[in-house]
Amino acid sequence: MTMTTIFTNARLIDPDAGSESYGTLVASDGLINEILPQVIEIADLFRARNVTADQVEVVDCHGKCLAPGIVDIGVKVCEPGERHKESFRSAGLAAAAGGVTTMVTRPDTLPAIDTPEALEFVARRANAAAPVNVLPMAALTKGREGREMTEIGFLMDAGAVAFTDCDHVIANTKVFSRALTYARALGALVIAHPQEPGLSAGAAATSGKFAALRGLPTVSPMAERMGLDRDIALLEMTGAAYHADQITTARALPALKRAKKNGLDITAGTSIHHLTLNELDVADYRTFFKIKPPLRSEDDRLATVEAVRSGLIDIISSMHTPQDEESKRLPFEEAASGAVALETFLPAAMRLVHAGHLTLPELFRAIALNPAKRLGLNSGRLTTGAPADLVLFDPDAPFVLDRATLHSKSKNTPFDGQRMEGKVLATYVAGTPVYRR
Amino acid sequence: MAFRRKHLLGIEPLHPSEITAILDLADQYVDLNRRDVKHADALRGLTQVNMFFENSTRTQASFELAGKRLGADVMNMAMQASSIKKGETLIDTAMTLNAMHPDLLVVRHPHSGAVDLLAQKVNCAVLNAGDGRHEHPTQALLDALTIRRAKGRLHRLNIAICGDVAHSRVARSNLILLGKMENRIRLIGPPTLVPAQFAEFGAEVYEDMREGLRDVDVVMMLRLQKERMDGGFIPSEREYYHRYGLDAEKLAFAKPDAIVMHPGPMNRGVEIDGEIADDINRSVIQEQVEMGVAVRMAAMDLLARNLRAARAEPVEA
Repeated sequence: MTMTTIFTNARLIDPDAGSESYGTLVASDGLINEILPQVIEIADLFRARNVTADQVEVVDCHGKCLAPGIVDIGVKVCEPGERHKESFRSAGLAAAAGGVTTMVTRPDTLPAIDTPEALEFVARRANAAAPVNVLPMAALTKGREGREMTEIGFLMDAGAVAFTDCDHVIANTKVFSRALTYARALGALVIAHPQEPGLSAGAAATSGKFAALRGLPTVSPMAERMGLDRDIALLEMTGAAYHADQITTARALPALKRAKKNGLDITAGTSIHHLTLNELDVADYRTFFKIKPPLRSEDDRLATVEAVRSGLIDIISSMHTPQDEESKRLPFEEAASGAVALETFLPAAMRLVHAGHLTLPELFRAIALNPAKRLGLNSGRLTTGAPADLVLFDPDAPFVLDRATLHSKSKNTPFDGQRMEGKVLATYVAGTPVYRR
Repeated sequence: MAFRRKHLLGIEPLHPSEITAILDLADQYVDLNRRDVKHADALRGLTQVNMFFENSTRTQASFELAGKRLGADVMNMAMQASSIKKGETLIDTAMTLNAMHPDLLVVRHPHSGAVDLLAQKVNCAVLNAGDGRHEHPTQALLDALTIRRAKGRLHRLNIAICGDVAHSRVARSNLILLGKMENRIRLIGPPTLVPAQFAEFGAEVYEDMREGLRDVDVVMMLRLQKERMDGGFIPSEREYYHRYGLDAEKLAFAKPDAIVMHPGPMNRGVEIDGEIADDINRSVIQEQVEMGVAVRMAAMDLLARNLRAARAEPVEA
């Protein structure tokens, strides 16, 4: 017997067509089976499909939004090494509660995921423990040390979907250009952190009046552009497929635009925190707002938001980075960087929609469709034949975030106590509910 | 407005009248300190702990003397040699200390914001004795008292702050305090040490020292913080001295009665000519040290009054 779920009275968000409409979605056998862009009588549908009510599950969406589940590139799960901060189980539950149906995990664990054996361990753990799809990334160089490339071929065979040293910039351009060349031959996607490592060494904040007043070590926003410029030059040399993990400054955007226009295989992402917070949020040394790269000026934030709207920046990620209290309750310079974000991703992103910066289809283009496309996945869209990875959410439901309620083991969210709008009502992976409010 | 705060963590939150309140009381303590019997009992029965996570001789001695003259039981903890080296976090150190019921905690730490963090975790009054590059409020207050006594006022003066502004908490606190009291402030130094964003604080930034010193009432020199510099901010000390060291020739551009200040310790022949530093007609560097004790007595006295008042209040349900 086939398993069929019918979502009626749904506000369907279709990022592919860039449109939304009220209608009905039918999922069966884990795939999207049919989309009817109108509200129809359920009895008519039963008759048309020759089924009875006990053979299908009907979900009345009551006019709430049904969208493709979020594909989140760059989630840090702290297995192996720091399971007390986050496990596949806790991250998976947080993802499900946040409408994230695919976590693309980072290799910056202890030790780094740089061998096929380590990757297989991760894949096995992830499948057993997490209720959502987990696609692991692997390190581009051994130990993320920027000296020797990893076994890219074996790692791809083991299931690595992309290669990245995360926030470690490969300073040696010779090493990086060889890794890019080798990756191109295998068709592997390389994800890099565009940053000039010398200029940004030791920085805890973006240079400007605020950081000067607080007396924090800073980095010029120009370091990001310099990093991107270098990487673009290497792409011209090597022709590799490249994704910049986080573009967060206005100054880096013209270079990105030129590189795309010149036909390089380049995409860019940004983090939800850089789109919704700015440097002033650090206030009196609040370390939960310490992220990497550091929060930027309001001008940079707005330029980044506009770049997402125009499509210049392709992908928004949560950059979910769990840190325990011990690594955050320190003087700002000593405190660890990063914030948890799987569960606050959608409500934070809804700020951009409510502020009129993005439409819902534009948002889901950046958080579902584009990341799926970049990784060659069939998900991230409301199309017949695509996986029934779905999120049902109320875009307007207000709440005040209490960090104690988060599923993540680490509670380091910058949104604690803040008013937010947008609640996930249910999350489906391959047509099966993995979260229901 | 009287000074009603629980802590003295920085100049930034203070109202000008609070600054004046501290300086007025400090004036009284200057008189006390010049008597034969230098004793008052404003802090009698209270425990003052000096926690210095960074080396200091003069500031720590100044706080110690201020506490002892007011009758406090003073304990010095050299944190560099202690449990921090054994891996204890700042918060754990604070909690441990808090359990010993100190009343006044004087803290210096190499990282900006560390003293704020510590203040959130203890029940006593906390005085910031310098945190990273952030603030050094008692230094700015003692500088203000020195200027007020030398110039007869603390407003509408042209004040030049010269040298290593980027690494200096003294510069930040002074910039904020003197700005609040409505003075015109000039920052003088090479652009590597005086970043352009300081212009946004309402200060005028000068790269040419002679131009910057023209007609100023106060010349405040800063120490070149060699220990905070990681890699080439200036080409050499001799070139720095040539362009930004205060000597008689450059000082001649300032008003004839301009005073010369330095927070110490001085690098003679690097940022200041020894003869200027020792010129009793121009240099108020020794007065600054004297005012330091008085200002710290005043600040601790006021914090202790607020602490006692808070403890006397009935606890609300």
